[in-house]
Amino acid sequence: MIDNHILGPVFIHLFTAILQLIAWRKTVTQRYISGIGSFLGVLVAIRLLSKVQDQGILTMNASNWESPFGIVFVADLLSSTLVLITSLAGLAVSLFSSTGINRQRMLYGYFPIFHFLVMGLNGAFLTGDIFNLYVWFEVIIISSFVLMTLGGRKTQLEGAVKYMALNILASTFFLTGIGILYGITGSLNMADLSQKIKLVNNQFLIGITSMFFLLGFGIKSAVFPLYYWLPSSYHTPPSAVAATFGGLLTKVGIYAMLRVFSLIFIPDEFTRNLLMILAVLTIVTGSLGALIKLNIRRLFSYLIVCHIGFMIGGIGMFTKVALMGTVFYLFHDILVKTNMFLIAGLIRQMRGTMDMKSLGGIYAQYPKISLLIALVLFSLVGIPPLSGFWPKVFLFKEAFNISEYAFVAALVLGSFVTLFVIARMWSEVFWKDVPSDVNIEDKYNPMPLARRILLVMPIALLAIATVFIGINAEVVVKLVDQIASQLVDTSSYVEAVLGKQN
Amino acid sequence: MKSPILQSATKYLLPILLLFSFFLLLRGHYYPGGGFVGGLVASIAFVLHSFANGPEETMKILKRKPLSLIPTGLAISALSVTLPLLLGYPPMTGLWFEEPIPFIGMIGSSLFFDLGVYLVVIGVVLTILFTISLNNLEEKR
Repeated sequence: MIDNHILGPVFIHLFTAILQLIAWRKTVTQRYISGIGSFLGVLVAIRLLSKVQDQGILTMNASNWESPFGIVFVADLLSSTLVLITSLAGLAVSLFSSTGINRQRMLYGYFPIFHFLVMGLNGAFLTGDIFNLYVWFEVIIISSFVLMTLGGRKTQLEGAVKYMALNILASTFFLTGIGILYGITGSLNMADLSQKIKLVNNQFLIGITSMFFLLGFGIKSAVFPLYYWLPSSYHTPPSAVAATFGGLLTKVGIYAMLRVFSLIFIPDEFTRNLLMILAVLTIVTGSLGALIKLNIRRLFSYLIVCHIGFMIGGIGMFTKVALMGTVFYLFHDILVKTNMFLIAGLIRQMRGTMDMKSLGGIYAQYPKISLLIALVLFSLVGIPPLSGFWPKVFLFKEAFNISEYAFVAALVLGSFVTLFVIARMWSEVFWKDVPSDVNIEDKYNPMPLARRILLVMPIALLAIATVFIGINAEVVVKLVDQIASQLVDTSSYVEAVLGKQN
Repeated sequence: MKSPILQSATKYLLPILLLFSFFLLLRGHYYPGGGFVGGLVASIAFVLHSFANGPEETMKILKRKPLSLIPTGLAISALSVTLPLLLGYPPMTGLWFEEPIPFIGMIGSSLFFDLGVYLVVIGVVLTILFTISLNNLEEKR
């Protein structure tokens, strides 16, 4: 089905950003525009998803060029669901930033850049052209550089240098891979590539090319041993920015991996084993890192790495059930990780620090908010019936099924470490009394009610989404089941893009 | 550095360079040129003027901050990209007037996209330049 409106979520954020650039330095107007724009973005994304569910995969040939020649945009179930979840996370972050970001940063264009970032994410999910995917990645990383350095504190710049160096390296690998792929097949359209790649005689060369993509996406999604940039840069920017990064940026890498390895390079024995080893090592190193960190945001950064391993493992097994687990975990992870960093920001507003040693007494002071946060933490750990539980069921089931016992062990380890560090964080931050030698500076309590609502509402919004996924698991499992079938059998995707194949 | 030779030369060079940049912008659809190059040439014209007369004089000709050119240009480009949607075509489709316009030739929506790029490039280059040079001037005082 051809539908010219599938780029709606991209254009909404583009126009939001332009309007905010026109309202340069008018921070109050920018906040309103940002909230309204993000809200419209969610509505458009819901419409897109329901349309895709009704009518099947939608495509759009940009500039009216026929499919293998022009750039094609494709909205299948995976991308439109991801667009919806991204828009939801974007709405939460945009509301949170209207109070969580200081005015100085807004004056230098925080909001327009944030919307360019969300635009880039939506574009990356919707494109069906591998070079265009690279371009969206560039949009994303350039916006993220600006967001990361905005404010210009010394630690921020230090984190940004590491982040920038490794991400540029990742882009280089990605681009090299695209170049070689184009040299071999003469096409950039992903559906077309999936057809042409089967006809290439030298499959060894294809295998090597796929490693370039694995390296590029591996750096972006923070896979062992390429994850070092993540924990050393994600704790530096303000929490609202870290929430976008932690929730969304690494997940684009996972999405790209899912797309490329399901459509173009169907994983062979070697790639599968490599992915499994990487997954196990990512989980182990991520959880070991999480064990020793006492700063909340550094802890969360290592948890991101740890949980990326779960998804890589699902891709490595590459069966339908495993992919269901990966995709479901991806949805859950975006919502929960974004929320975790927003919570870190809220805790900082309440206490002025993120160091667990000098935190405490939040439960006694704010019992209702603490319960809300507890809900999110439970979901992260994977307590049924919240959203974190279901994907793990699939992953465990499939890992037992095809006897990947090392991965089972890593999953168990990862889950237990997550449980342990979250329990420790709960007792340290919420239950423990405030240490006697620490002066707390509570910025949250004296705030006017409207601003306090703006800080808590996004967290509640994402928490509701998590609960919704958990309780409505049947609906989501059905959706994920369809997505996984589309990933395993790509003929419907190819047919939607290139027309009926004979 | 104030040189009367450079000053009187720029008086004539500024309009010529601007015209040339506009020429590049218009011919860019089928021949080398286009919004990006045109924008660079136009900003070079202003850079030359600010070398000769100082950035404050250039700001006077521009009348407004070059920063405001960025959203204007972006908006023109974005509108020209989304305009085909209203007529039922995919975004970025080139829409053309049926009759050529005298002296300019065929005009289509891609020209407006290029015009947007042209404005954004001028805005970005001049913003960077003025930020650096005006800061330097303030520090000297």
